[in-house]
Amino acid sequence: MRSIEDFRESSVLFLKDVYKAYGKKLVLDNIDLAVSKAELCSLVGPSGCGKSTLFRLILGEERPTAGEVVVDGKPVGFPDVTRGIVYQKYSLYPYLTVLGNIVLGKRLAGGFLGMWGRGQEFYEEAMSYLEAVKLADHKDKFPHQLSGGMQQRVALAQALIMKPKILLMDEPFGALDPGVREHLQIFLLELWERFQMTVFFVTHDLDEAIFVGTRILVLSQYYCDDRGNGEGIPRGSKITFDRPLPRRVHSTVTKDTAESRDLIREIRRAGFDPAYIQHVTKFNLEHPDSFQDLTEEENKG
Amino acid sequence: MTRFWKRLKIFWEDRRRNPRLFGVHAKPTPRLNIGLAMLPFLLLVGVYLIGSHIRLSANPDDKFLPSVPRIVTTAARLAFSKDPRTGQYLMLQDTVVSLRRMGAGIAAAAATGLFFGLNMGLFPGMNALLRSFVTFISIIPPLAILPILLVVFGVDELAKVMLIFFGTFGTISLSLYFTTVKIPREQITKALTLGASQLQVAYFIVLPQVMPRVIEAARLSLGAAWLFLIAAEAIASRDGLGYRIYLFQRYLLMDAIIPYVLWITFVGFMMDWFLKRFMTWRYPWYFASRES
Repeated sequence: MRSIEDFRESSVLFLKDVYKAYGKKLVLDNIDLAVSKAELCSLVGPSGCGKSTLFRLILGEERPTAGEVVVDGKPVGFPDVTRGIVYQKYSLYPYLTVLGNIVLGKRLAGGFLGMWGRGQEFYEEAMSYLEAVKLADHKDKFPHQLSGGMQQRVALAQALIMKPKILLMDEPFGALDPGVREHLQIFLLELWERFQMTVFFVTHDLDEAIFVGTRILVLSQYYCDDRGNGEGIPRGSKITFDRPLPRRVHSTVTKDTAESRDLIREIRRAGFDPAYIQHVTKFNLEHPDSFQDLTEEENKG
Repeated sequence: MTRFWKRLKIFWEDRRRNPRLFGVHAKPTPRLNIGLAMLPFLLLVGVYLIGSHIRLSANPDDKFLPSVPRIVTTAARLAFSKDPRTGQYLMLQDTVVSLRRMGAGIAAAAATGLFFGLNMGLFPGMNALLRSFVTFISIIPPLAILPILLVVFGVDELAKVMLIFFGTFGTISLSLYFTTVKIPREQITKALTLGASQLQVAYFIVLPQVMPRVIEAARLSLGAAWLFLIAAEAIASRDGLGYRIYLFQRYLLMDAIIPYVLWITFVGFMMDWFLKRFMTWRYPWYFASRES
């Protein structure tokens, strides 16, 4: 059994005792999480459970009310180059070409005066990323000339070229048509095999979550603990389910196996069913990196 | 006769189903479009010609509505013959002087407006500091402070430039402010995760995106700028298009005023057209990605 301190040292992303409240409403309730390098970690949960809040805490756009958020051994500050990001939209800059969007990060690193060039010295590296996302032919187009799926691929390359410690993705394929979406999921897996990046993938689509991830997390407000159920007790979401996923062959056919259907059923019960209330000590937290640091009120055991 | 009524009825039914001119469903044909666009102009010219003819036949020396040949001769003299006193082409000289004032005023307003609007939109501290002040300045009727400007900046070029500046920079600032706050937060966060400093966000992420808006705001301010320019030149100047028009008015030289007004309209139109062309050439992405 590893100690919590070992997790802090070895994990790319580490959260301990994280709470987030807006006024009196508690959204995140004592979240503990460690994510290892090269993990493709997907997060699901019912709407309003605080997925986006957790995402913004890791990104650094918001501060936790209590607890610590650590990326690569350092407490997170405002958004910076350690965390890459791909949003559902608005990831690309409309005034730059595809190539311009990809070299942007490299140019920004040149400081205020280094920005005057066009970044030609980075074109070769950028082209290798463009080839990785199979868009080399479109390098001189503007974002509005690309389809939604292509835009997201450019956004991926734009983030990857900076080699972030962790890549955060917030419903990145949510606005795409089903066919394109499936294509991009496979595509993300291919990139992951090649670059072995650590990914934190937020989605509301369970199929997508288990197809894409090597690990699945469920964030949910449907659970109970020893604090009781009184009116005055604020309670937010916790990670109620955390399991490794088998890395599968890259074919969408595997999406619909009996095994994955069982898993989805289990996830639905663990996180999405208001009638199915589990005690905090009974959560299915099988993943080797999973740990819980419960307070005494939560577990009087 | 019955055949005529029948055909009229068929025509009427067809027009009712495919209206060309009236109602929200109308689809004017291209030829009709051009014809309709020209109609008000033709009417205006027609009314002028008739009025001019009536007055001139009553009194050949009438100055109020001069004949077309008279206007053309005067215009040609103003535009193409050197002024005996100064040795300059009067119309050209006035235009150059006026455009210089206008260009300086609008350029200064656009640059200041860009700087203020961008910083107010991006940095909450700057917004708290500047926005009420800029709004206050933009509400002051510029012509009301013209006397102050004349006292402070003298009756030379600077006061006229400042009038145009004060008249337009407030609205340009606010327009740029609203454009900047509308830039999705995601874009700024994304830039930060790509390693941008806050200054880089302001000047390399936000600035290029709002540049087309500055030009657009300047374009929209041209109308107001002309107003201030002509007013300032009418009140305190010895040259310029506005000065000349008011000078002509003192001697009731309608045959000179009309070509000047047409010329000013044409210059204004050309400025607008040029800025629009410049935008589509320089910022092709702007029009295409405005919807999304």
